[in-house]
Amino acid sequence: MTKLPTHTEKKLGLVIDLDTCVGCHGCVTSCKGWNTQNYGAPLSDIDAYGADPHGTFLNRVFNYEVQPADGGASQTIHFPKSCLHCEDAPCVTVCPTGASYKRVADGIVLVNEDRCMGCGLCAWACPYGARELDEAAGIMKKCTLCVDRIYNENLPEEDREPACVRTCPAGARHFGDLGDPDSDVSKLVAERGGMDLMPEQGTKPVNQYLPPRPKDTLDKMPPAALETIAEEAKGFLGWLDKALEKL
Amino acid sequence: MHPAPSVIIFTTISGLGFGYFMWLGLGIPDLYGWEAFAAFFVAYAFSVGGLLASTFHLANPKNAIYSFSQWQTSWLSREGVLSVIALIVFAIYAIGRIFFDTAMPLLGYLGAALAILTVFSTSMIYTQLKTVPRWNMPINPVLFLLYAISGGALLSMQPIVAAVLLIVLTALQIAGWMMGDKRLAESGSTKGTATGLNTIGQVRLFESAHTTRNYILDEMVHIVGRKHSQKLRMIAVAAIGVIPVLLLLLLPQSLIVTLIALASHVIGVFASRWLFFAEAEHVVGLYYNRG
Amino acid sequence: MTKPENIQIETSPPVSDEVRKTTCYMCACRCGINVHMKDGQVAYIEGNRDHPVNQGVLCGKGSSGIMQQYAPSRLRAPLKRVGPRGSGEFEEISWEEALDIAVSWLEPIRQSDPKKLAFFTGRDQSQSFTSFWAQNFGTPNYAAHGGFCSVNMAAGGIYTMGGAFWEFGQPDWERTKLFVLFGVAEDHDSNPIKMGIGKMKGHGGKVMGINPIRSGYNAVADDWVGITPGTDGLLILSIIHELFRAGKVDLDYLRRYTNAGFLVNEAEGPEKGLFVRDEDGKPLVVDQKTGKAAAFDKPGVIANLAASQDGNRTVFQLMAEKYMSDEYAPEAVAERCGLTATRIRNIAAEFARVAFEEEISLDVEWTDWKGEKHDKMIGRPISFHSMRGISAHSNGFQTARALHVLQILLGSVEVPGGFRFKPPYPKPPEAHPKPHAGVTPGKPLDGPHLGYVMGPEGLLINDDGSAKRIDKAYTWENPFSAHGLMHMVISNAHAGDPYKIDTLFLYMANMAWNSSMNTAETMRMLTDKDENGDYVIPHIIYSDAYSSETVAYADLVLPDTTYLERHDCISLLDRPICEAEAAADSIRWPVVEPDRDVRNFQTVLVQLANKMNLPGFTGDDGAAKWEDYADYIQNHERRPGVGPLAGWRGKDGTKSGRGEANPNQIQAYIDNGGFWIGHIPEEGQFYKPWNKAYQDWAVEIGLYDSPLFYAFNLYVEPLRKMQLAAEGHGDIQPPDNLRERIKRTMDPLPIWYEPFENTNVDIEEFDVHALTQRPMQMYHSWGTQNAWLRQITGKNYMYLPKAIWEKHGFKEGDYARITSVHGSIVVPVALHDGLNDHTIWTWNAIGKRKGAWALDEKAPEATEGFLLNHLIHELQPPKGDGMRWSNSDPVTGQAAWFDLRVKIEKADPKPDESQPVFPPIKSPVGKGPKIVARKI
Repeated sequence: MTKLPTHTEKKLGLVIDLDTCVGCHGCVTSCKGWNTQNYGAPLSDIDAYGADPHGTFLNRVFNYEVQPADGGASQTIHFPKSCLHCEDAPCVTVCPTGASYKRVADGIVLVNEDRCMGCGLCAWACPYGARELDEAAGIMKKCTLCVDRIYNENLPEEDREPACVRTCPAGARHFGDLGDPDSDVSKLVAERGGMDLMPEQGTKPVNQYLPPRPKDTLDKMPPAALETIAEEAKGFLGWLDKALEKL
Repeated sequence: MHPAPSVIIFTTISGLGFGYFMWLGLGIPDLYGWEAFAAFFVAYAFSVGGLLASTFHLANPKNAIYSFSQWQTSWLSREGVLSVIALIVFAIYAIGRIFFDTAMPLLGYLGAALAILTVFSTSMIYTQLKTVPRWNMPINPVLFLLYAISGGALLSMQPIVAAVLLIVLTALQIAGWMMGDKRLAESGSTKGTATGLNTIGQVRLFESAHTTRNYILDEMVHIVGRKHSQKLRMIAVAAIGVIPVLLLLLLPQSLIVTLIALASHVIGVFASRWLFFAEAEHVVGLYYNRG
Repeated sequence: MTKPENIQIETSPPVSDEVRKTTCYMCACRCGINVHMKDGQVAYIEGNRDHPVNQGVLCGKGSSGIMQQYAPSRLRAPLKRVGPRGSGEFEEISWEEALDIAVSWLEPIRQSDPKKLAFFTGRDQSQSFTSFWAQNFGTPNYAAHGGFCSVNMAAGGIYTMGGAFWEFGQPDWERTKLFVLFGVAEDHDSNPIKMGIGKMKGHGGKVMGINPIRSGYNAVADDWVGITPGTDGLLILSIIHELFRAGKVDLDYLRRYTNAGFLVNEAEGPEKGLFVRDEDGKPLVVDQKTGKAAAFDKPGVIANLAASQDGNRTVFQLMAEKYMSDEYAPEAVAERCGLTATRIRNIAAEFARVAFEEEISLDVEWTDWKGEKHDKMIGRPISFHSMRGISAHSNGFQTARALHVLQILLGSVEVPGGFRFKPPYPKPPEAHPKPHAGVTPGKPLDGPHLGYVMGPEGLLINDDGSAKRIDKAYTWENPFSAHGLMHMVISNAHAGDPYKIDTLFLYMANMAWNSSMNTAETMRMLTDKDENGDYVIPHIIYSDAYSSETVAYADLVLPDTTYLERHDCISLLDRPICEAEAAADSIRWPVVEPDRDVRNFQTVLVQLANKMNLPGFTGDDGAAKWEDYADYIQNHERRPGVGPLAGWRGKDGTKSGRGEANPNQIQAYIDNGGFWIGHIPEEGQFYKPWNKAYQDWAVEIGLYDSPLFYAFNLYVEPLRKMQLAAEGHGDIQPPDNLRERIKRTMDPLPIWYEPFENTNVDIEEFDVHALTQRPMQMYHSWGTQNAWLRQITGKNYMYLPKAIWEKHGFKEGDYARITSVHGSIVVPVALHDGLNDHTIWTWNAIGKRKGAWALDEKAPEATEGFLLNHLIHELQPPKGDGMRWSNSDPVTGQAAWFDLRVKIEKADPKPDESQPVFPPIKSPVGKGPKIVARKI
């Protein structure tokens, strides 16, 4: 049913910290591993060892450079990107078969693979490139927010979070209910000025990105200059004598 | 966007088919018997052929049947539903004309309306996408409809009407391109908004996520050279409008002339549809493109 | 139509049949992993939350392990070469035949001249075992890959303070406020650094990255210092200059715990520059209270740094004199470093601010080495980390020394918030073995191969000055080569210099491709024949789990298992997984049985040893002691009660550290998730080299047999001893052509000199530095044949800074010719803004030989991917004296990869493929499947 729910009970999503993501691709491959074994068709790799390898990934880490407007050194920023589980998910409403839907209980956007005809229109409608049509299965694949982990009673409670969050070594990925202003993720977003990607698209993404903290401040806001106690070794010895006395 | 042959053929041919249906539904020309059969055969061949071509775009066609279910929200579903209803309505209408020498004008008008709505739905599949700013503008449905109606006019052998429509179409198409060229910039989406890093400064892609291609790149990140597209636009303008109009207005009216004009027009539509897809910048390219 | 709220999906699917916990080996980091099994197959791999190294997290490599397990490039059976070397033509043979062939080559040389075997291992993590094998075989020619990796950092650290980074120690992530990285984009210490950076940033801490390239960790660094390659030492010494100038050094720390207060003999003669010692040979200090000279470690004595006696001053005064000189002033060094003087000043001020103004204090009582009780632990919350970026230069040893000295001057080593050792470190150089090369046919070597030389008497040279080892380690060319020189083995063996060998035995080292400098020439040497038509290197045995480039150059290939199919121990005898708070070790065990005719390489070594009845492997009754590696792990005792694994020792498994062998020890590890951990008592957590509680604990668990108190070496006396020899003192004398270099480079206090390449080539012509890094998702791993990882990085570009990009008018898709004094490559280029203006770089080891790794010959790795190695020679260009010295650090022999200078020009027209191109090798394992979509 491709009508978006007017209200979801929760807004589960990710908060991604661009200040700490070191770009290790741990989230990329743990996602690939979990989602190949679990929800729906496996994520295939075509020509896997050949001249033109290409496969399906639900999460990819880009690497951007930003030239600060104030003329400072260029910054390098690792940028993981997966489905943002938008409140106004355009991918859902365009779906002709009812395969795409947004869950009322938690806001997760899913594809019902038994319905998907592989037309690709949902991927066209997504500004973020979050949906990939699996070439082997002919099915549209996307981040499920590990819906088969987060409620999975076969997993220990501490593991009931998306695979990418569980694996992230730098702690740059957080999972929670962004609809609850008191949740840890909501507080983090408030504190760090979390942002929407392409807000002008009107998708109201649930996932939030924490911007990098200000960088290269050393020369702009330098520490107090060191005071000279001696210019050469002789003067230094005099200072040293006194300093040792005081210890 | 990837100019996939399936979608180019689909939109071109089915547009012609439904455009022709519209005229037939209005009773222009007013045909019966074998003549009606031939006309409806052509209209069905184009419209159904186009729809069939579109299924080649499906990676999992076995679930295509579900595509009639989401007419409340999905333009693609609406198009499917409308096209089927239109084809059924025209089936009854055509049977009347072919076998019973009977025109059922009300049914014809209904069919014509459905044909137009079908083409409109097709256009809305693209126009609705905010992600493709070049498509996301009101002139696109107008163009789709004009393409259908003018192509249908050619098929229904109305040289003067066709010529007038083609002049309007050609002018609007040129306007459409010019408006389209500005759309990405007007959309407000930039690498900066895509990454949220515009608050720091100028953003450029350093390393793409993977060095290999992927579905997103194949499907949505297609770059045409500016020179190439200018050349194709000129060819399209000539073939869609200039040549057919000159033929229709300057030469004595004849079936041959109309058919040549039609052939030129169809070639032009293919070119313009190729451009429609190939020139359409999807905002996801902001994540992937260097420069 | 079902409404979204009514769609039923399975949210609690069964995850797996069983979870088996073992240790990752996708790189050298040794994280704990949970391997989820379904139907007896590996289904999913995630981090083990209980594991001390990774605490549940896992990086991009580790999470891709499943694709390594099922890689088509896995070797399937022992191979015997049937075509010419390098062709890749093999036939599969049985293990019996393979072992017999190996023994037929090895046993005769063992009985006649064991040094004719050169046994070198690459990314080996079982060096305490492989060296034990080599020692019992009797060859001196053994080492692992440290010589071309990071020996400068390791040796610089051991000589200075008894440990370096990574497995030697780590920042106090909980408390550190400024973490400074020199030249590290990614590292061996993969997940702990990632976790640490995340943690400290969460506490409001900051990261400073000093690196020509802003990538990896330098991308998340709060401040980036885009230094010019090879000048880190100069920057550090300038920072030290600033700290001295401002008196911002930790005097109390220095006088108590370091040799800053040692008196240095300043009288001309054979003792000049050595410490003034008492009758017991103990270095003397002048006691602050009594003003009298006393042994440095005498209880109650605190050194007076300002003292002098008989014209002999303290180390600290020599340092002040040296580093306060204008030569190290920020203005004097800034341009060479590619920085401004202001920035250098700000860095120094920031270091001093964090160390001294953000001092932290823990209310923990402890007792020091002189019996003095302290009620607090004072911390300086600045910590450092560095590895290859500094190491892989010809001035790397001294630069590493400078960095360690900087940490010590700030008083931030082994204190809260600073850098902390991980057991069995700290361990000073004198506590390490000395290197040995005493060969007796048919008998074991006279001691361990590798260790720490304390003076000219420790060198491994014959009376005529020739080298005892094939790699010329521990010679005057590189006296402190603590890890050997793997990068010189093939070249020396080919040249027969210092002697010819018979069998080259390599393990897990891709020497015919990305692990060698001068790759094309290495391939030629491996295939070169003598006048009789015989190969110059007569026999080559290679063990690898995968169809790497080097496989093609072996006469006999011994296929190893994958990491999920093997036993291993990550041992306290070797390179353990300890944390700063605890000793820890771990195992691997076969969580899945091999489906091919392959064997764990270490088991193969046991089997070879047993066939040859190697001493050490054979009991007094003549019977083999162990049947396989697991048997060795469980039952070998290196010293009485101390074996490869420290956990669950004793017959009943109740002892830790010391205890007799336990027949169920491996099972006990498996039951505990694959690892053992033993915590250091709270009062022993810091100040380890001088902390009684720590030392007592270390003795108790068997790290050593009596407490090992020592002072940090700001001044390294063994270096001075080498200089003295070069000045003509003593019986053991360097060759004349090396005297000046030894005098210059083996300064007992850290110095900086131009990387050799800078003085060997015309730097006006070769005006650019060229570097490599490994991508984070492939660091120290074998990623190419991994279907997931190769999609992330399946080709590499030469990254150029904007200045060079614009100067040559490069556009996207262009190729450039990159030329060094040695060679030339033509490769694709791309722009990188976050880059030092005089530096270009690329991802290392992405380029692959056609036909290797079970990849298609048209794979992007083989057509567009490239190696920088072709530009780097293992020797420096000829000198005036006609000698070609090794392209290595003159102290340790560390390969100077990062000294490379090049020039760059646009390649027009651009080639079809990156150049050079080598003919394909025949894949011994065929090619991989077209589509992979493996769901169990």
